[in-house]
Amino acid sequence: MATETERRSPAPPAAPATPARDTYWHESADHSMLESRAPEGPIDKRWEERKFSMKLVNPANKRRYTVVVVGSGLAGASAAASLAELGYRVECFCYQDSPRRAHSIAAQGGINAAKNYRNDGDSVHRLFYDTVKGGDFRARESNVYRLAQVSTDIIDQCVAQGVPFAREYGGLLDNRSFGGAQVSRTFYARGQTGQQLLLGAYSALSRQIGLGNVTMHPRTEMLDLVVVDGAARGIVTRDMVTGAIGSHVGDAVILATGGYGNVYYLSTNAKGCNVTAAWRAHKRGALFANPCFTQIHPTCIPVTGDHQSKLTLMSESLRNDGRIWVPLVAGDSRRPDQIPENERDYFLERKYPSFGNLVPRDVASRNAKTVCDEGRGVGPGGLGVYLDFADAIKRLGKRTIAERYGNLFDMYQRITAENPYEVPMRIYPAIHYTMGGLWVDYELQSTIPGLFVAGEANFSDHGANRLGASALMQGLADGYFVLPYTVGNYLAGVKPGQYKPDNIAFKEVENEISQRTQRFLATKGTRTVASFHRELGKLVWDYCGMARTDAGLKRAIGRIAALRTEFYENVHIPGTGEELNQSLEQAGRVADFFELAELMCTDALHRTESCGGHFREESQTPEGEALRDDEHFSDVAAWEYNGVGNAPTLHKEPLTFEYVHPSQRSYK
Amino acid sequence: MAVSAARLYRTSIGKKVIMATTGVVLILFVIGHIYGNLHIYEGSTTFNGYAKFLRVVGAPVFANEQLLWIIRAVLLACVVAHITCAVQLTQQSRASRPIRYVKHTDPKATWASRTMRWGGSIILAFIVIHLMNLTFGTLHPSFIEGNAYHNVTALFKLWYVSAFYIVAMLAVGFHLYHGTWSMFQTLGIRNRDNHRLLRGGALVLSVVFVLASTSVPLAVLTGIVK
Amino acid sequence: MAVMARPGANVAPNSHIPPTMHLTLHVWRQHDAASPGKMVQYTTDDASPDMSFLEMLDVVNEELTLRGEEPIAFEHDCREGICGSCGLMINGTAHGPEAATTTCQLHMRSFKDGDEIYIEPWRSKAFPVIKDLVVDRSSFDRIIQSGGYISAPTGGAVDANAMLVAKPDADFAFEAAACIGCGACVAQCPNASAMLFTAAKVAHLAVLPQGQPERYARVGQMVERMESEGFGNCTNIGECSAVCPKGIALDVIGLLNRDFRKARLVNNDGGDGM
Ligand SMILES: Cc1cc2nc3c(=O)[nH]c(=O)nc-3n(C[C@H](O)[C@H](O)[C@H](O)COP(=O)(O)OP(=O)(O)OC[C@H]3O[C@@H](n4cnc5c(N)ncnc54)[C@H](O)[C@@H]3O)c2cc1C
Ligand code: HEM
Ligand code: HEM
Ligand code: SF4
Ligand code: F3S
Ligand code: FES
Repeated sequence: MATETERRSPAPPAAPATPARDTYWHESADHSMLESRAPEGPIDKRWEERKFSMKLVNPANKRRYTVVVVGSGLAGASAAASLAELGYRVECFCYQDSPRRAHSIAAQGGINAAKNYRNDGDSVHRLFYDTVKGGDFRARESNVYRLAQVSTDIIDQCVAQGVPFAREYGGLLDNRSFGGAQVSRTFYARGQTGQQLLLGAYSALSRQIGLGNVTMHPRTEMLDLVVVDGAARGIVTRDMVTGAIGSHVGDAVILATGGYGNVYYLSTNAKGCNVTAAWRAHKRGALFANPCFTQIHPTCIPVTGDHQSKLTLMSESLRNDGRIWVPLVAGDSRRPDQIPENERDYFLERKYPSFGNLVPRDVASRNAKTVCDEGRGVGPGGLGVYLDFADAIKRLGKRTIAERYGNLFDMYQRITAENPYEVPMRIYPAIHYTMGGLWVDYELQSTIPGLFVAGEANFSDHGANRLGASALMQGLADGYFVLPYTVGNYLAGVKPGQYKPDNIAFKEVENEISQRTQRFLATKGTRTVASFHRELGKLVWDYCGMARTDAGLKRAIGRIAALRTEFYENVHIPGTGEELNQSLEQAGRVADFFELAELMCTDALHRTESCGGHFREESQTPEGEALRDDEHFSDVAAWEYNGVGNAPTLHKEPLTFEYVHPSQRSYK
Repeated sequence: MAVSAARLYRTSIGKKVIMATTGVVLILFVIGHIYGNLHIYEGSTTFNGYAKFLRVVGAPVFANEQLLWIIRAVLLACVVAHITCAVQLTQQSRASRPIRYVKHTDPKATWASRTMRWGGSIILAFIVIHLMNLTFGTLHPSFIEGNAYHNVTALFKLWYVSAFYIVAMLAVGFHLYHGTWSMFQTLGIRNRDNHRLLRGGALVLSVVFVLASTSVPLAVLTGIVK
Repeated sequence: MAVMARPGANVAPNSHIPPTMHLTLHVWRQHDAASPGKMVQYTTDDASPDMSFLEMLDVVNEELTLRGEEPIAFEHDCREGICGSCGLMINGTAHGPEAATTTCQLHMRSFKDGDEIYIEPWRSKAFPVIKDLVVDRSSFDRIIQSGGYISAPTGGAVDANAMLVAKPDADFAFEAAACIGCGACVAQCPNASAMLFTAAKVAHLAVLPQGQPERYARVGQMVERMESEGFGNCTNIGECSAVCPKGIALDVIGLLNRDFRKARLVNNDGGDGM
């Protein structure tokens, strides 16, 4: 396979920190590891029939089963609550001080559902179709169809919990069109949809905690998965207040630990978002799918300096009325209002006459990058493009604009101290979502029996690109309506409570973790964890960000490996392991990001096509649009771990499309 | 019902309800009392007549001073209940912040709202002294039973007594200003629609009260009332 | 080759180098819940007006770490004003000087070069300090667990549009539901009362049709729980609402007071944990 790659692409130009590698990955011979277990037959009947064919656990027996749920976001909280309602004992974990603070809380725009309340031609089939196409034909049809089917139940469930969705004067639910969708299927609660949905799931979870069916473990970080006799039997955690390392046994384990966008250091994720739980499971044998499928959001507030700790997203809706432009010539240092119309380049309107400023996220982001690379970027560091509301204000008046975007304008002004009503906003793309994740079958079970993965943490139903307002939908679909069935189906086949925390296997893992902690603390080098994370993030962003090349990726893999080595030799972590120690927490997470980053680059290197969020400069149309290679890459790439720094093994799950036929996306 | 009332009282909100309801009674008394006091401008006969009236009022149903004593009893009960709750609530609040801030600023709170406890204590002190002055006459230069007019004027001629009264009246005024508004919030009557009305009402009430009540000692000092 | 420009790298003509600020910080340091704490003074010259307040603390922490000292522990996560993790008493005001702004959204341009800044943790018996500026707010979770929900097990829901909700009610419910559980209301209240937080949840569910069946039981249980957690009482002072980053209005407290009185005297159901 390696030779195969060499043939397809030029040899890498020599780079200092790049130890030449002959093999970047091995291709697995047997694909038996990836049994999708997706049902056959008419797609609209598949989920119904699968549900009926599942084994059930006798209600009297449910109490004897313990399910470990790691994560209290939309996916985790909804799963924990629903499973507890069914009668299982649930142990739920999160790293924040309260389950209510999971990063789902930050979602702004809304949640999709095929309710067709607008009578504008929406349907389960259309949502299914849009999602598969939007994902650039890299998702499993059966899963996506099920997602579209249960989407309608989600809205009912949330309303029953008291989620205050936007309403019309008649008292009916309001909808809006989102992310360039042709129909209005997005339900929303002002700019705080994620918050309201999460508080709904949190209230259901709180009820079960109050009733004693769920034991909640906040401020408790999962540091490893325990696999005994070929199945997941529990987890090892660190109490973030006392530092105590402990074991928690479960007859099944669910990971709902979110995305890994923070590998880029700067992202729209919360500071604590991490890949540790998923990565440890990967190291214990769970395959990791499509890690290079990451989504970059075009409308974020640009970086102001090296002190920057995170990036803030501003709702895509801004592109409905704002016009995106940069100066025509590079190095134009005039204030925007001094640049006459004929010296501005409205590059999206110019290149995509029919979609203009509303082209999909990946297209908008890539074009912003291009103009900035040409030196035409604006603002500090030249990393930004203007999002100009002057015309909209002329056309609709300041009041209308204030009604539509008032809160966003305020947020922007709070951060930048610039008034968007007067001067154009400056925006720049930022990492926002990760489509890749642990590989799961139709029942959301990973390649480790008894280990289920939900929400952004699994490789998900979004293929190579996620549509706006579809992640909230997926997280809740997994937790409320899929896992309660599929986990039961698994548990029906296992004997409850076979393992105890004093089991030798748990003790061994606990010791590994303690030793790792000691090693970090003993290093006492000269650099802070944050400085390493910043440098790693820049590498991944530069080489595995909005555009990737064979040479760049190979260079990155070498540099990351080198930086990882320095990290273990030169990191400085103050304090001890037996206390609240935020540097130590970070160190563990960054260590895992290093290993993930290498796998991301390897995945991006192997996938020589461009698709969705993954843009390989070698694979583009004459007009510079992403060019898919369905012949070689109509598949899911799932990676097997072979040890730190060793080439991983690639397994492929071929994707077949019976209902939506692959076509090239075009927004001209 | 009794049980649930007890459970209501156990909570701080229950105690607040008692403070509010007793507060209503106290407010009504003070308003009526000050109104009565203004008769002093109509000369001694009218004023003493009024004081006499207070004692015979209710006749023939009630014997002499009977109704007055009932009112006194109610007032006393209210003040006791009001203070008891105030003290209990204050203790609860103290306990709920064992370590104070090194630096603390109050971005919004009105001065009145933050001085309820001080104000209350001053009022308490005032009432005690006030009763000794004018009801029992134990603390008075020349107390004449039944001649309220003389008692008041003689008393207020002493400038420091008048000064004390004026300060006390201001304290009551502030207490009323926050109290009246707070009362409606405690009873759940206040909302965003009637907010301005209630705040305004509370302000008018307390200002009128302060003007009316302080006018008496001032009138005596300035010789308008002799 | 796809290398992104970054600040520092090919700096664009119209970029600016932000001015730096000198600051003196007085910060509460406490090793753990058991040991006593004290205010410690730090200075930094590397703050800039473009930084957020927490980014300024990041800089101080990097300096401390490299000097071999322990960095200042403070709670934070989303850093965009929605998760409710952050919360510092800044110069005696919860979340600092700007209205309707969380600590993580506060920027250093709200301060002047040479300023002295006092940074303390939330102070309340119900929010014990865990370390430095980090406090334990699990009492808030227990208040919600005691009844701050609508009992709607997964699966049983009717069609979302089967239940009409008048827009004003929906809007009021949303405004109350916007609470992020940060605890600033408790921190600022002279009585350390949790009324605004509790009332916000009570009000959110009390005005919705779905919330009616459990309305009085809910308020009863939540208030009993709030009392037992050791918060102070509300004497309607109103500072909570003034510092609330989501501007939760005092109306919700009036609504709670009314519903609780009814729950006890009129509609006497629920109560101590049904
Ligand atoms: C700013 C922003 C805006 C967005 N807007 C939208 C939108 O409008 N519409 C939409 O559909 N999607 C949106 N998304 C995407 C969507 O919000 C997320 O994909 C989704 O909420 C993820 O939910 P989750 O439950 O999978 O993970 P999360 O909500 O991130 O929850 C992860 C949970 O796992 C826990 N956890 C993580 N690691 C560990 C560990 N090692 N040990 C213990 N616990 C751990 C955390 O404590 C947390 O409880 C947005 C995302 C961002 C960042
Ligand atoms: C300047 C203002 C005031 C004047 C001139 C005044 C005058 C008097 C007089 C003359 C009496 C005796 C009445 C009688 O025994 O016949 C009296 C009684 C009393 N006053 Fe005042 N008063 C004033 C303010 C107040 C205030 C503000 C309060 C309460 C906060 C108050 C509470 C009382 C009470 C409780 C009594 C006893 C009534 C009774 O006999 O039971 N007074 N006052
Ligand atoms: C006798 C001594 C008094 C003391 C110690 C006292 C104390 C207090 C305190 C501490 C409060 C604050 C509680 C709160 O804001 O809810 C209060 C409230 C109040 N007080 Fe007094 N007070 C006294 C007398 C009075 C008098 C004479 C009046 C009438 C004029 C009065 C009317 C009120 C009212 C209406 C409230 C508001 C109750 C509420 O907020 O629900 N008080 N009092
Ligand atoms: S009410 Fe306001 S201040 Fe109090 S917790 Fe909620 S958001 Fe924070
Ligand atoms: S400040 Fe405190 S007293 Fe009540 S109104 Fe707010 S809780
Ligand atoms: S860190 Fe999330 S609100 Fe401040």
